[in-house]
Amino acid sequence: MKLELSPSPDAWMAVCDDSRLTPGRGVAALLPDGRQAALFKDRSGRAYAIENRDPFTGAQVLSRGLLGSAGGRPFVASPLLKQRFDLETGRCLDDEDVSVTVYPVRAV
Amino acid sequence: MSTMPVHTPTVVLVGHGMVGQRFLEALADHGVTERARVVVLCEEPRPAYDRVQLTSYFSGRTPDDLSMVEAGFMEKHGIELYVGDPAETIDRAARTVTARSGQVFPYDTLVLATGSYPFVPPVPGKDARGCFVYRTIEDLLAIEEYAKTATTGAVVGGGLLGLEAAGALKGLGLGTHVVEFAPRLMPVQVDEGGGAALLRTIEQMGLSVHTGTGTQEVLTEDGAVIGMRLSDGSELPVDMVVFSAGVRPRDQLARDCGLTVGERGGIAVDEQCRTSDPAVYAIGECALASDGRVYGLVAPGYEMAQTVAATIAAAGERSFSGADMSTKLKLLGVDVASFGDAHGTAEGCLDVVYSDSRSGVYKKLVVDRDGVLLGGVLVGDADSYGMLRPLTGSVPPVSPEQLVLPAGAGAPVVLGPSSLPDDAVICSCHNVTKHAITQCTTLPEVKKCTKAGTGCGSCVKVIEKLLPAATDKGLCGCFSYTRSELYEITRTLRLTSFAELIDSHGRPEARGGDGCEVCKPTVGSILASLAPIIKASGYILDGEQASLQDTNDHFLANLQRNGSYSVVPRIPGGEITPEKLIVIGEVARDFGLYTKITGGQRIDLFGARVDQLPAIWTRLVDAGFESGHAYGKSLRTVKSCVGQTWCRYGVQDSVKMAIQLELRYRGLRSPHKLKSAVSGCARECAEAQSKDFGVIATASGWNLYVGGNGGATPRHADLLAQDLSDAELVRLIDRFLMFYIRTADRLERTSTWLERLEGGLEHLKDVVVHDSLGLCDELEALMAAHVDDYQDEWAQTLDDPDRLRRFVSFVNAPDAPDPSVKFVPERDQIKPDLTVLTIGTRLERV
Ligand code: SRM
Ligand SMILES: Cc1cc2nc3c(=O)[nH]c(=O)nc-3n(C[C@H](O)[C@H](O)[C@H](O)COP(=O)(O)OP(=O)(O)OC[C@H]3O[C@@H](n4cnc5c(N)ncnc54)[C@H](O)[C@@H]3O)c2cc1C
Ligand code: SF4
Ligand code: FES
Repeated sequence: MKLELSPSPDAWMAVCDDSRLTPGRGVAALLPDGRQAALFKDRSGRAYAIENRDPFTGAQVLSRGLLGSAGGRPFVASPLLKQRFDLETGRCLDDEDVSVTVYPVRAV
Repeated sequence: MSTMPVHTPTVVLVGHGMVGQRFLEALADHGVTERARVVVLCEEPRPAYDRVQLTSYFSGRTPDDLSMVEAGFMEKHGIELYVGDPAETIDRAARTVTARSGQVFPYDTLVLATGSYPFVPPVPGKDARGCFVYRTIEDLLAIEEYAKTATTGAVVGGGLLGLEAAGALKGLGLGTHVVEFAPRLMPVQVDEGGGAALLRTIEQMGLSVHTGTGTQEVLTEDGAVIGMRLSDGSELPVDMVVFSAGVRPRDQLARDCGLTVGERGGIAVDEQCRTSDPAVYAIGECALASDGRVYGLVAPGYEMAQTVAATIAAAGERSFSGADMSTKLKLLGVDVASFGDAHGTAEGCLDVVYSDSRSGVYKKLVVDRDGVLLGGVLVGDADSYGMLRPLTGSVPPVSPEQLVLPAGAGAPVVLGPSSLPDDAVICSCHNVTKHAITQCTTLPEVKKCTKAGTGCGSCVKVIEKLLPAATDKGLCGCFSYTRSELYEITRTLRLTSFAELIDSHGRPEARGGDGCEVCKPTVGSILASLAPIIKASGYILDGEQASLQDTNDHFLANLQRNGSYSVVPRIPGGEITPEKLIVIGEVARDFGLYTKITGGQRIDLFGARVDQLPAIWTRLVDAGFESGHAYGKSLRTVKSCVGQTWCRYGVQDSVKMAIQLELRYRGLRSPHKLKSAVSGCARECAEAQSKDFGVIATASGWNLYVGGNGGATPRHADLLAQDLSDAELVRLIDRFLMFYIRTADRLERTSTWLERLEGGLEHLKDVVVHDSLGLCDELEALMAAHVDDYQDEWAQTLDDPDRLRRFVSFVNAPDAPDPSVKFVPERDQIKPDLTVLTIGTRLERV
């Protein structure tokens, strides 16, 4: 199975084979326009993608954070200062004024 | 046809400082903003910010972080804010205010919240280049800029703000003087004994304090500061001067329009904060309250703001007739607190004093004849402030002597917040009671609903103890067990995966889930320490274990602020051959890495991209280096002094022992990092007594010290055993470490663990020296298994192409380097180029 993500409406790009993702962790992908995405897979095998850029520090590191779940919702904790982001909505769970972009993902 | 214009009542606020903003929030809460026009004239170039936390600008908080105005607040409530446009005149007959821009605003109600200005004594030279005050963000920006070319500075005034300013100058790298006219520091808050304790501690930090002397003249050359002459005739050569000699209420606007002001300044107000003109109110530091005082603290100002908002909203009686002047602060790292009747002015009151000049601790409680606590002063150790202040006015449940004695002396008593009455005020900045706090369940909730903890922050510790979370000892939202309980469960049930553990022992709502960033690494560490006996993989990145490790362990390197990594090869005991030094130099040069000698007697190479790590480590491993585990909660370094081989005083071979210990315990995963050192004699050049386990040579063997800590809360290690042979030493350390790993909490260093351990050092001795629990064989066997199983993680990684696949910047472009990891030169090396990151970041957002 291959994972694809949608960097912009109606466009899909192949990212990697599903086997490259360890459940509970992420990888980074370079998007055509130079932005970066962070791709994750949870325990049940569902994949998510958000912007790779940590809005608190500017560093492109969210893909290296740990995935967790709270109340059944998946999140990633930034590896730098540990703020958590909901993987489905991109909302920061520790600061309601902050969010990151979410990219649709599919397995083909 | 004409219609009568409907009159919209107008409230004009002059001054958008901390109190002004609080007033606006209270107006909005009362719904006044919905029916009235609200106009705000703000003199400073930015809306209200947290002046109390002003100094935190120097520790990295940006002006934006300090803002007190929630995004969209003004728009949401339709408030008109005019930034950078101060009020210039008030026409009370016409009820108008004219701003500097020329705009005229009619008002029905006028509120003055103009704050204070710093008082600058009228000495010659006070306006020279290099003279500053300490009140606004602009003041700090100017001080920071000027300090770049200065080497020494003086602060005039040794009060609360003066010491804060002095701390800031020192932090900017200046040699710093403090000149205080009164005979002691912080004359308003502390008494003579407290002032003396404070003085000693502050002088020890390298500040020069001159008390009992005034400033006579600022000496200048070409219009710039070059020194100061004091009233005792002495001269101080300084490049800059910060005046912090008190504040004066800004009442000029009120004077000019004929409002009554106090003899010594301040706009006179009644209990509703109304001035001599009933349409005009004054609040905050510009007001002279009905008790005849001008309050220079924010909490009374907030109280006034709420009084006026309630009065305007006609929402019942509220009044302000006075407030308490309690303060707690951490000055240059020294705790200082005073509360209630700190100077003991009440008739017939008694003092209970504890003073230890060696450690700079001074505590005084003032009680009346019936034992009612009236107030107190705490210097050097103000931990009990949060508990004592709310008890003021009542008889404490234990004797005052017990309350001032330090932990460890006699029978000290640490009062729990549960002993406080419900109406005790826990947060004095926002006047929030224990009752209000216990209505909430989490700290963020408390902050949101009551504002408690959002002012000076000194009440947060007590708040945390009042929240239900404090009684839940669970590791995190996923487990109700502690780390040591999870260790036991894993060990006895021989569980080898996180999934098994969370599904069988997680909180019901967490079962089947992914865990969180707290429990995953904790369990990862437990699995690694138990690997040999539960038969889990000894390689921390195999299978599921890879998903548990923090990013540092995951890439076997330390993540830096720009997304690059640092590399720390192990250098056991700090001993290294010239050949190996050359290899490190060559690797650093070839990969362009920043190189620094660490505080742990080894070398750190910074600025590696994740995709460079394997190549860097291939070179290092080939040269005989191993992972230094700088990234892991595991053994860091065993430092050594040069010892008997070379040193004329040495009595044992400390280097050899340090190397032996470092090689034995390398790679051992533990609840927190482990550090060690070995000194060759009692002169202790390796600083072993500040380590988790420290060894000091004696004429007949080794003394073992445990539970030492440097870092944020230093602790001297305790002597566990004396005159041990080499073998005895190693065996005892084996037992000690394994017992710690088994029973400590997550992120609990040996120091805090030992403090918490029931029975303390004696119990530890019983267990690891006298084997009172019969555990020692097992502990030793565990360590033996660790030593046998040890493999270098980097060598293991490089050997396996599968394991190397994770070291790419991009999964879809394995050869592309990450363009956001950029560097710029500094002092002949590199440093992260943060400008490429800051665009649009939260912290820098304008
Ligand atoms: C590199 C180094 C500073 C230096 O340039 O000298 C350093 C760097 C860091 N220290 Fe340290 N510490 C370094 C020596 C020390 C020392 C001195 C020593 O070991 O003799 C101390 C005081 C001794 C002690 O720990 O008791 C020290 C006390 C801390 C603390 C506070 C620990 C405490 O118990 O209070 C932290 C924070 C923590 O671990 O939670 C910390 C945390 C850190 C972290 C891991 C912060 C972080 O999470 O990024 C830094 C990682 C740097 C990196 O990415 O490589 N570092 N740190 C030193 C590495 C030594 C080594 O070779 O391994
Ligand atoms: C470094 C520092 C540390 C402090 N630490 C503490 C602490 O730990 N605890 C504590 O309780 N207090 C502390 N304070 C004091 C606290 O900041 C003040 O008590 C609080 O800011 C008072 O609020 P205010 O609104 O009355 O005055 P301010 O915050 O000074 O606001 C007044 C505003 O009015 C503006 N203004 C003046 N005249 C006009 C005009 N004509 N038109 C328009 N605007 C005008 C001023 O520019 C200013 O912005 C500290 C102060 C400083 C400087
Ligand atoms: S601790 Fe003793 S043996 Fe070691 S270097 Fe210092 S003086 Fe010499
Ligand atoms: S006492 Fe200052 S924030 Fe609570």
